[in-house]
Amino acid sequence: MLLLLFPCFISFAQQLPAFLIPPTEFKAFDTPNDAGETVSLTWTTSPSDAPDVFYIIYIDKDKNGTFEKEAIRIKSNTSYRTSVPEIYGYKKGNGDYHYVQINPRKVFNGEALDKRQVYYFKLAMVAGDNKIILDTIAPASPRANWLHTKKINNFVIMIILSAIILYFIVHARRNPDVFLRKIGGLDAVDEALGRATEMGKPVLFVHGLTGMGSISTIAATSILGRIARKIADYDANLKVVNNDPIVMSVSQEVVKESYLEAGRPDAYNPDNVFLVASEQFPYVAAVSGIMTREKPAANFFVGYFYAEALILAETGATTGAIQIAGTDAYTQLPFFITTCDYTLIGEELYAASAYLSREPMLMGTLRAQDVGKGFLIIVLLLGTILASFGFEYITHLFDAF
Amino acid sequence: MNFFKRTIPLLIAFVMGVLMAMQYYVPHKLSQDLLEIVTRWDRIIAGFAVFIGAYSLFHLHWTRIKRRVEGWGYSVFVYFGAIITLIFGLINGGKFFWNDKQDGTMFDWFYYYIQVPAGATIFSILAFFIASAAYRTFRARTRESTVLLIAAILVMLGRVPIGNYISQYIPAVADWIMAVPNLAAKRGILLGVSLGAIATSLKIIFGIERSYLGGGD
Repeated sequence: MLLLLFPCFISFAQQLPAFLIPPTEFKAFDTPNDAGETVSLTWTTSPSDAPDVFYIIYIDKDKNGTFEKEAIRIKSNTSYRTSVPEIYGYKKGNGDYHYVQINPRKVFNGEALDKRQVYYFKLAMVAGDNKIILDTIAPASPRANWLHTKKINNFVIMIILSAIILYFIVHARRNPDVFLRKIGGLDAVDEALGRATEMGKPVLFVHGLTGMGSISTIAATSILGRIARKIADYDANLKVVNNDPIVMSVSQEVVKESYLEAGRPDAYNPDNVFLVASEQFPYVAAVSGIMTREKPAANFFVGYFYAEALILAETGATTGAIQIAGTDAYTQLPFFITTCDYTLIGEELYAASAYLSREPMLMGTLRAQDVGKGFLIIVLLLGTILASFGFEYITHLFDAF
Repeated sequence: MNFFKRTIPLLIAFVMGVLMAMQYYVPHKLSQDLLEIVTRWDRIIAGFAVFIGAYSLFHLHWTRIKRRVEGWGYSVFVYFGAIITLIFGLINGGKFFWNDKQDGTMFDWFYYYIQVPAGATIFSILAFFIASAAYRTFRARTRESTVLLIAAILVMLGRVPIGNYISQYIPAVADWIMAVPNLAAKRGILLGVSLGAIATSLKIIFGIERSYLGGGD
C-alpha cells in the first residue's frame, strides 16, 4: 500500500515546496507606447516557481492602504519578459524575469479616477496555505504616449520609400521617357477589347470581394477607368459586376466619367454597372450565370479574390472568352495563371494604371518601386549574410510591433 | 462644379490619408478614439450604401423581367426570395422587427437551410474545377510545366500517407518545396505588392492618381 502511494507523495512534494523563496527586484512602471491605460510590473523568477505556486499582485490607491484588492493572479511558471520584446528586446536574461500588465481602471471597475492617479502594488507568493507578501511597494501611474517609439523603424522606412517615390514623380515630370518593361496582360487589353467589338459581345469586368478600403480595389477602379475609356472609343459594350454597393457607386462614376471624357456620354448606361450579390458564393453563382448566358468576348477579373477566383475564371474559360486577371492575392494567383490568358501578378496590378495611361508622373512611381525593390534586396542580402554569421541585429532592426 | 467634384474630394483624401497614416504611429487615446470614429463613419456610410445596392439589384432584375431577357425567370426568384426573407425578417418570430432579433425563427431557417447549403454547394464545385484546371496546367508541354508537374506530384504525395510508404524522403522533399522555393516566391510577390500598395497610397494622397474619382486625370 505504501509502495502504491509513494509516487503520489513524490509528485505532491514536487508541486508544493515546503518553504517559498521570495522573488526580488519587484518594480512597476508606466507601460511604454500605449494609450495610457496600463502599467507594467516585473520581478525576478524564484527557485520556488512551480505550476502550483501562484503570484498575486495587490493594488491600492493609497501607499499606506490595506492592499486587499487583487489585481491579477498568475501561475508562477508563466508570464515572462520574453513575451514583450517590444519592451525588453531579445536579451537572453528575459526569461529570468516575470512580467505582467495591469489595467487599473478595469480593476477598479471603471471608477472615475484622476488621470494622474498613482497606483501602488504589492507582490505575494502563494502555494497552498503558504503565503508570503513582499515588503516592497511599487508605485506607477499610467500615462498616454504620443509616439510609438518601437514603430520608428517603420516610420523611417516609410519616409525613405515615400521620398524615393516623390523624387521619381518629380523627376518624371522633367524626364518623361521612362522605360517600362512589357506587361503581356496589359498589352492584351486592346486585343481583348477589339475582339469584343468585332464580335458584338460585351466585355465583363469583375471586381474582387474587398471594399473601397482595399488598395487592390482602388487599383481595380483605376484600371476600370482606363478600360472604360477605350471601350467608349471602340463603341463596345461594358458590363461591370460588383458585390459591394460602395464599389458599385464608385465604378458607376468612373465609367460615366470615362465615357464623358471619350466624348460619348450618350453611350453610358448606368444599368451596366450593377450589384449582383453581396455574399461570396451568391456572387459566384450570379457572375457565372451572366458568363454562361451572355458569353462575353472578354472577361477582366481585377481586385482581391478568395476561393471564388477559380470558379469564376474556369467558368469564363469554358465560354471561350479572352480572360485577363489581375490580383495581389497570392493564394489565388496560381488559379488565375492556370485559367486566364494573361495574369497581372501582384505589383503589376498597381502598375496597370500607369502602364495604360503612360502618364509621366504615374510612370515615375514605377521607377521608384523598382528602386525600392533594389533597396529591399540589398537589405535582405545584408541581413542573410549577417544572420549567417550569428549577427541578428539587422533582423530585429526591422521588427514591427 | 470642379471644386466640389475634384478639389474637395482630393483635399479630403490628402487630409485623411496623412492623418490615418500618422495615426498608426501615435498610441495616445485621442489617436485611438479618432480611429474608432473613422471606423464608425465607415460603417455608417456602408449602411447607407446598402440601399443603393438594393436599388441597383432590384432595378436590374425588374428590367430583366420587363424585357423578358434570357433567363428572366431567375430574376423572379430574386424578388421571391427577397420578399419572403424580408417578410419573415420583419415578423421576427412574432416579436416584430422593433424588438431584438429572435433566434430559431423562419428567417434563421431560410439562412441555415437554404442560403448556407446553397453556398456550400457552390464551394464544393471548386474541387472539380481544381481538377480540370490542374489537368490543363500539368500537361507537360513545356519545360516550366514539366517542373510544375513534378513539383505538384511530389507535394501531393508528400501530403498523404502513401507518399511516406513509397519513400520517407517524399514528405521531406514536399516540405522543402513548400518552405523554400514556394515561400521565397510568395515573399517576393508580397514585397512587390507592399511597395505597389505604398506607391498607390502616396499617389492617391498627393492627388497624382485621380482615376478613382472618375475620368482619366
